[in-house]
Formats: sequence, C-alpha cells, structure tokens
Amino acid sequence: MKEEKVDVAIIGGGPAGLAAALSAKRVGAGKVLILDRNKELGGILFQCIHNGFGLHRFKEDLTGPEYAQRFIDEVKEMKIEVKLETMVMEINSSREILATNHKEGIFRVKATSLVLAMGCRERTREMLSIPGVRLAGILTAGVAQQWVNLEGYLPGKEVVILGSGDIGLIMARRLTLEGAEVKAVVEMMPYPGGLIRNVVQCLQDFDIPLLLERTVTFIYGRNRVEAVTVAKVDAKGESIPGTEKVIPCDTLLLSVGLIPENELSSLARIEIDSSTGGPVIDERMQTSVDGIFACGNVVQVHDLVDYVSQQGEIAGKSAALYALGKLKPAKRIIKLKRGRNIRFLTPQRISDQEKVTLFIRVANPEQKVKLRVGEGIIEQTKPLVRPNQMVVWTVPFGDFKLSDLREMEVSVIREK
Amino acid sequence: MAEDRCEITCIVCPWGCQVKFKVKEGEIRNIEGNKCRRGIGYVRQEFYNPQRVLTTTVKLKGSRLPLLPVRTNKPIPKKMLGECMQYLANIEVKALIKLGQVIVPNILDTGANIISTRNLDSN
Repeated sequence: MKEEKVDVAIIGGGPAGLAAALSAKRVGAGKVLILDRNKELGGILFQCIHNGFGLHRFKEDLTGPEYAQRFIDEVKEMKIEVKLETMVMEINSSREILATNHKEGIFRVKATSLVLAMGCRERTREMLSIPGVRLAGILTAGVAQQWVNLEGYLPGKEVVILGSGDIGLIMARRLTLEGAEVKAVVEMMPYPGGLIRNVVQCLQDFDIPLLLERTVTFIYGRNRVEAVTVAKVDAKGESIPGTEKVIPCDTLLLSVGLIPENELSSLARIEIDSSTGGPVIDERMQTSVDGIFACGNVVQVHDLVDYVSQQGEIAGKSAALYALGKLKPAKRIIKLKRGRNIRFLTPQRISDQEKVTLFIRVANPEQKVKLRVGEGIIEQTKPLVRPNQMVVWTVPFGDFKLSDLREMEVSVIREK
Repeated sequence: MAEDRCEITCIVCPWGCQVKFKVKEGEIRNIEGNKCRRGIGYVRQEFYNPQRVLTTTVKLKGSRLPLLPVRTNKPIPKKMLGECMQYLANIEVKALIKLGQVIVPNILDTGANIISTRNLDSN
C-alpha cells in the first residue's frame, strides 16, 4: 500500500478545512494536504447560491460560491496539495489516515498533525419518526437545495416545509422564485429557528405562512406525498388531539437540524461532547487526542460561515505549531461546565490563560443577560439571546485566578 | 383620507422589533415599537422603496453543471423580483464563465447587472 507523510493533513475541504489549510501554511507548516470526497473544494457553499455570507469577515454581502472562491484561490496560490474525490475511511489516534480514490486506490497518509473538518449532516425523516408510509416527495432541505441550485430539478410544485431553520427558510424563497407554491413553514417551537433576516426576506416577502408551535403528525399518499397533517403541540412538544389540519401538497421538505459528522472522530477514540455532538476541544481547537484538532460544523453547528472560518484558522495555526514542535504544552486544563441557560458551549476546555472566544447556544430566549465564568462576570450585556442565534463572548481568562481550578461553571445570568 | 395601520419587522439587528406605524396620504406617521433609532431608517427604506439582491441560476451549456449561479450586482426594487425571474428563465449561457462576468447588463432597466457568482470551466 502506498504511504505518504505530511506535516498537516486536513479532512474536509469546506469552509473550515480551507481556512485551516491556509492558516497552517501561513504559520509555516511544511507539507499541508486537504482530503475531500467531493469533486471540488468549497463544501456546501457552492449550493448556497443566496447572499448573506461574509458580512462579519469581509464586511461584504457575498453568495456562498463567491465566499468559497476567495479561499480556493488562496489555496491554489499557496500551492497547498489537494486530493479530491477522496474518501477517508479510517483515522487513528496516531494520526494515520486510510483513504481511497480512483487514481491511487487505497493508500495511507501519516500526518504529524491532523485537522478534522468534516462538517455536518442533516437530520432525516427517520430521526423524527413521523408516521405514514415511505413515499416519493419527502426530502431534506439541503438535498432540495442541491437539486434546485446545482442539478436543475424542482422537487415539487406544492410544498410544505417542516422546521424553520435557515436552510428551510432559504429554500422556501428559492422554491417560490422557481415557481413552486410553498404552502406553509411549520415550526414546533414558539419562535422561528432561523435568522430574523431570513424570516422577513424569505417568508414575509412572499406571504408564506409560518405556523409556530405546530408539527407534521402524518404524511398521506400512495406513491407520492398527497397531503400532510399539521397539529398544534403542547409545551412538551406532544401534538394536541383535535387541532389537526390537513394541508394538500406533493412535497415535504425537512429542515429539522444538523448533526456533526463524527464517525471518523470516534474511530480515533476522540472524546465527544453529547451536547454539541462534536469533539470536546480546548481554545486551540485541540481534541482529547494529542495532535488532532477540529473546527467548524464538525465541532458544533454554526449559524454563520464567518465563525466557521475563524475557528478553522485557529485549528490550522495550532496544527501547524504542533507539527513544528512549537505548540506550548497546556499549563493546566480547566473544564468549562455548562451552567444556567446554556445548551452548549465551545471550547469545553481551557488549556492556557489568554483571551478566549466562547461560542454559546442558550437553551431559552432571555433578555439583558451577562456571562458568569466561575466567580467572574463578563461585563458585556447582550440585550437578547435566543437559541437560534449563537452568542459570542470573549473571556479574559488571563485576568482570573486560575491556579488551583480544575473546573469553572459558565452561566448566562440576568442583569441586575 | 383614511389612515392605514402597518407593521414591519426590523432586521437591522437580532432583536427583530415589530415596528408599527400609520400611513396617511402615502406618508409614514407615528413610528413606534422600535427599540433604537436604526429602526426608523429601516422602516422608511422598507416602506418607500424596499430593495433586495436577487440570487438565482440561469441555464448553462458546455459545462459539467447544467446551471450557473447568478446575482444582481446591487439591490433591485422588491417588486421587480418576479419579473426578473421570468426574464432569466429564458437566458442560456455557454461555458467558460468567470466569476463576476456580466450575464445580463441592466436587467429590465433596473440599473443592476446580472453577474455570475462562480467560475465554470468548459468540458
């Protein structure tokens, strides 16, 4: 079997992997290799033809393909090696990769450091257990996006969308513009799952009804979807009998959440956080396995690609320093414990004591909140936090007395 | 002349204020519900001249993909979105295409160009 040695190997050539590769190279890593199963770099960005990308990072309103191209051009300029149409089958904790493609067959890559940037997958109907038979016309919003924007197929003419995540909202507009009728977007929570901007510009602009606190309870049809039943749900998410309403449609799109894709991580026995579904990381994006780093949606599902790129850069830098033998050993490891109103936070561990950006998803909407970390309070009030928008706080861990601490609790607290 | 009551969701920040106002003789009166001043500017823009960037695809020949993603190079009046989609349904281009290339200049006299948002090689 062919064997190759590289300094930094990156699995996944989407926004996280691209940013990681560029930053690893800039820091001075020798041989950097990106492995991706797709035909081209850029990951999901090429099917996200809508705008709204790069507002934070470039202060410009770009489409997905335009955002991706900026990074891809740089990867070419810096002569970073890329293997496309390459499937990584196994990794282990010694940072050995087993991969395959149709040019090289099955081959091994030994990496001094490894960056995981595999992204995430969509939740499917099977994970929701909606009763009804298996029919044509039920698909995830991301698959519909691929059909409409890359392959040129319209998945249906009368569409109901379950879940009001951003991809679902974006597809409501896209399908409407392409001539389909979107009958409703159905959301179980009392508030929409996606960004306000998308609720206004994708639903309100086209008078598409947003049915809150409701879910799809049955799918009718013989070979193709013919209708769905929508019912109100109670606070526990159980449907309320007697509130059912049948909506005729030929297509049901699901936009019901994303799951970090960590089959490879598990093979390397990397510790997974059950609240994010991704690897436990420290502020340098190092996982529980020495020399393996992770970034982007494989760590936690982000709302904005700008943050994915930011995390990718940190991971790439750390991986390069590790490969060069310059990554400082952790002074101490402090676990960050989830406290009040925190569904998840990353990084979950702090190994050094500098300024660290915490990405937090709250459990419940709340107004005028601050962050408490251990005994310290971060004096930056957020007027509103909601589960559908990740909150970012920068915490000056350097200012805290950390000497004997093993653990710190992080809580979102009400301003007094 | 009667007064109309209107409501617009502000999207300037994540708050998403429901801004309420009255309309008399085509003019906005009594804006309320906005938590900050930026809401006033947004509501005025949205009421008098709402604009959107249109992103869509056009048919592509001679490449590995059947579609080319495109956008307007600046926002166009919201009410023109449908007409522009109709117009673009009949547009077909040939690879090779470069990112930023003008596909339709000054579409339907909006002053905006339809530009390509990616590179696509010919096959």
